[in-house]
Amino acid sequence: MIAPADHPLLVAEGLTKHYGPHLGCADVSLEIHEGEVVAVVGESGSGKSTLLGLLSTQLLPNSGSIRYRMRDGEARDLFALGEAERRFLLRTDWGFVHQDARLGLRMGVSAGGNVGERLMAVGWRNYGRIRAEAESWLERVEIARDRIDDRPDTFSGGMRQRLQIAKNMVTRPRLIFMDEPTGGLDVSVQARLLDLIRGFVNDYGLAAVIVTHDLAVARLLSHRIVVMRHGRAIETGLTDQVLDDPREPYTQLLVASILQA
Amino acid sequence: MSDAASYNFAYLDEQTKRMIRRALLKAVAIPGYQVPFASREMPMPYGWGTGGVQVTASVLGADDTLKVIDQGSDDTTNAVSIRKFFERTAGIATTTHTSEATVIQTRHRIPEAPLGEGQILVYQVPIPEPLRFLEPRETETRRLHALEDYGLMHVKLYEDIARHGHIATTYAYPVKVDGRYIMDPSPTPKFDNPKMDMCPALQLFGAGREKRIYALPPYTKVVSLDFEDHPFEPTKFDRGCALCGSEGIYLDEVVTDDRGGRMFVCSDTDYCESRRAEATEGGHALHEVPR
Amino acid sequence: MYVAVKGGEAAIAAAHTLLAKERRGDPAVPELTTDQIREQLALAVDRVMSEGSLYDRDLAPLAIKQARGDLIEAIFLVRAYRSTLPRFGYAQPIDTSAMSIRRRISATFKDLPGGQVLGPTFDYTHRLLDDSLNEVAAEPTAPARRPIADDANAPHVADLLGEQGLIEPNPQATDDAPVADLTRDPLAFPAERDLRLQSLARGDEGLLLALGYSTQRGYGRTHPFAGEIRMGSVEVHLAPEELGFEVPLGTIVVTECEMVNQFKGSAESPPQFTRGYGLTFGHSERKSMSMALVDRALRTRELGEEVVAPAQDEEFVLSHVDNVQATGFVEHLKLPHYVDFQAELQLVRQMRREWEEANRKEAAE
Repeated sequence: MIAPADHPLLVAEGLTKHYGPHLGCADVSLEIHEGEVVAVVGESGSGKSTLLGLLSTQLLPNSGSIRYRMRDGEARDLFALGEAERRFLLRTDWGFVHQDARLGLRMGVSAGGNVGERLMAVGWRNYGRIRAEAESWLERVEIARDRIDDRPDTFSGGMRQRLQIAKNMVTRPRLIFMDEPTGGLDVSVQARLLDLIRGFVNDYGLAAVIVTHDLAVARLLSHRIVVMRHGRAIETGLTDQVLDDPREPYTQLLVASILQA
Repeated sequence: MSDAASYNFAYLDEQTKRMIRRALLKAVAIPGYQVPFASREMPMPYGWGTGGVQVTASVLGADDTLKVIDQGSDDTTNAVSIRKFFERTAGIATTTHTSEATVIQTRHRIPEAPLGEGQILVYQVPIPEPLRFLEPRETETRRLHALEDYGLMHVKLYEDIARHGHIATTYAYPVKVDGRYIMDPSPTPKFDNPKMDMCPALQLFGAGREKRIYALPPYTKVVSLDFEDHPFEPTKFDRGCALCGSEGIYLDEVVTDDRGGRMFVCSDTDYCESRRAEATEGGHALHEVPR
Repeated sequence: MYVAVKGGEAAIAAAHTLLAKERRGDPAVPELTTDQIREQLALAVDRVMSEGSLYDRDLAPLAIKQARGDLIEAIFLVRAYRSTLPRFGYAQPIDTSAMSIRRRISATFKDLPGGQVLGPTFDYTHRLLDDSLNEVAAEPTAPARRPIADDANAPHVADLLGEQGLIEPNPQATDDAPVADLTRDPLAFPAERDLRLQSLARGDEGLLLALGYSTQRGYGRTHPFAGEIRMGSVEVHLAPEELGFEVPLGTIVVTECEMVNQFKGSAESPPQFTRGYGLTFGHSERKSMSMALVDRALRTRELGEEVVAPAQDEEFVLSHVDNVQATGFVEHLKLPHYVDFQAELQLVRQMRREWEEANRKEAAE
């Protein structure tokens, strides 16, 4: 695997989020480097989705900050960005792959329209070029070109996830967030999707934050791993190290339960 | 209660007119931006031109000459009804001639004769929000306008081309105003879109039920949305008017019998009549009418 | 030769004459007087006043007569007239706890200070058509009235709960936060409760009934109890700035409903009952109860609950609750759309041509 670059792309410090009296996540700090894949693992309710929501600025923290190095090299405080800047970031330099493809795709719009939307949003106005670009991305995610005018509601679960990835990749983002991207898919379909994601990470130097409860997914894709429990990051480290030699009793239990299964 | 005497000039009280004029000024200052205004209940139903009527009432002066058209015609019932309303409540002069009018209230058409400086064209607007059928929430569409987040609009046009090979929007065709706001031109046919661009007349849009006013000041750049390789194309007719012979104008299709008989005539009745009058004066024979 | 359609003006005039004749009906039958409507179709009058947003017992019957009994048309007539009236000022909030009560019931307490007063209600009538009404009947006599002392204290049921802190307090009006008025300012979202209540009070009884009903059937459940419904007359006061004190303007009859709704509590508030409020002019329990259900449903956002049902969606409810707007826009489809239809006709013809060509090509291949 490629060694992560020296300058962090994103630095989160002390992220804390309460939902009324309930704790979402507490005091989580995290660095993500260019080309680095970080897996966030834990049981449901451990706060991993809250962390993803905070990192992707879809949730506002009660305290804490995130600095992100923009394409021009300047590090900016994400929660101080204007709504327009934030939206621009979300649809150009970032991607978000949802577990439920319906949240990430327009189900009533053709595959080509879905992939083309980001291009049109950043000012592409040539139908032929938009379509050619969409076709090329469909091919890269292994969707046949002749499906370009079909709507995602005619696609299988695996195809929908790949379409989501194409829709995100079309503006060449540097950072992509994934929320249980393989959740609910058959094992063989999962394997194909994971291969695809791994290929993109290598080919495009993509950084990614992947939330998963599946340690096998974490092992296959990630360089580093964050173990969440009760809203806190209890263990962080290189994926192989953490999974082969877990320090925390809870992580040991988590790893052991996988081995037994 | 039925006499003009018991109502203010042009029906609305001066307070209300002032409120509407303030909204109009703001609309002119920010071309294409939808200004909310406290639309009043009018003595005609919502959806029948209450927005246009309120705008007209607010800009009319005693020496104005008003023309009212619906579907291009001065004689459709709703146009007649609105014209009567202002004759009764404002006692102003009315006309059917585009060139004589200082204020023209319209539903669904822009007159064929070019408008000039000093004229005001008032549009009746049913749904002012061009993004409405892509996004039903007002809170969200206002945000999209504020952030100039218009990708969705082009997705719709893209889908048209992918499915039909061309853009399949024929009326209420969205435009970009002065390089900033996307605007609904009201349900005028896209045939009329080019007339809005750099028009010397002031164009005002009133949506009564939806409580919005927007405007195009004279000589504003108005561009119909399209793609470089699928440019905007106004509807073309492959024939001229069966009555006056004019070409390059918008035509109404008239069903003449129950055996498939059809004829095409000017949608703009004043334009048609003027052409025919000119032809008669000039000694030309009237255009042959196919039977 | 074809002549473009003309004569709209004459047709309109003729249509109006015909309408007037139809409105009158058979001249052999005596003409209905507006007094008769006011006295004998009082609930129709009440509805027109409520949704017409104008308390006037002479204009509403006139509107009903002119509208041939079409109540939405009558509401429209009243609204159009109302919008021309100058605004002198805003009355003081009416005090419904000082109401001269004609009916007052609570579904939450068997007995309470001030008592249960059944009043004139359809509730326990058997819905059997009464033949005798076909004839001019003898005048019904009023039942003996149980003497109620003028100073009979009938506190609001919700306030009885409030003393023990079991229900949220009513929001207090403040001078620096004037009450919104959607007839003077355009509706903007998110809409606060004052604006929502005004919108519901003017809103269509039928839509509110259906939405309120939907919350009972599980589309946004609010677990309501009819804490209290009271109907009677209250005084309206105005405090003109130049006078500096309140002057009574007269009395109006209103129906008020306070729903008491379950609430599990949130981070900010302990578990307690919450309120839904409904108020109408005249006597209309169906409308005021429905309004109270919908008011509570629309407080979803404010109370930190999740919006899942139409009745909780303020953009949806407030944008569609006004029947004058709704009827106008639905009925505007009657207006000519020749021009747009022509454009669509051209398009369909073009697309059919293209489709046929494509099919021909395919067949040839």
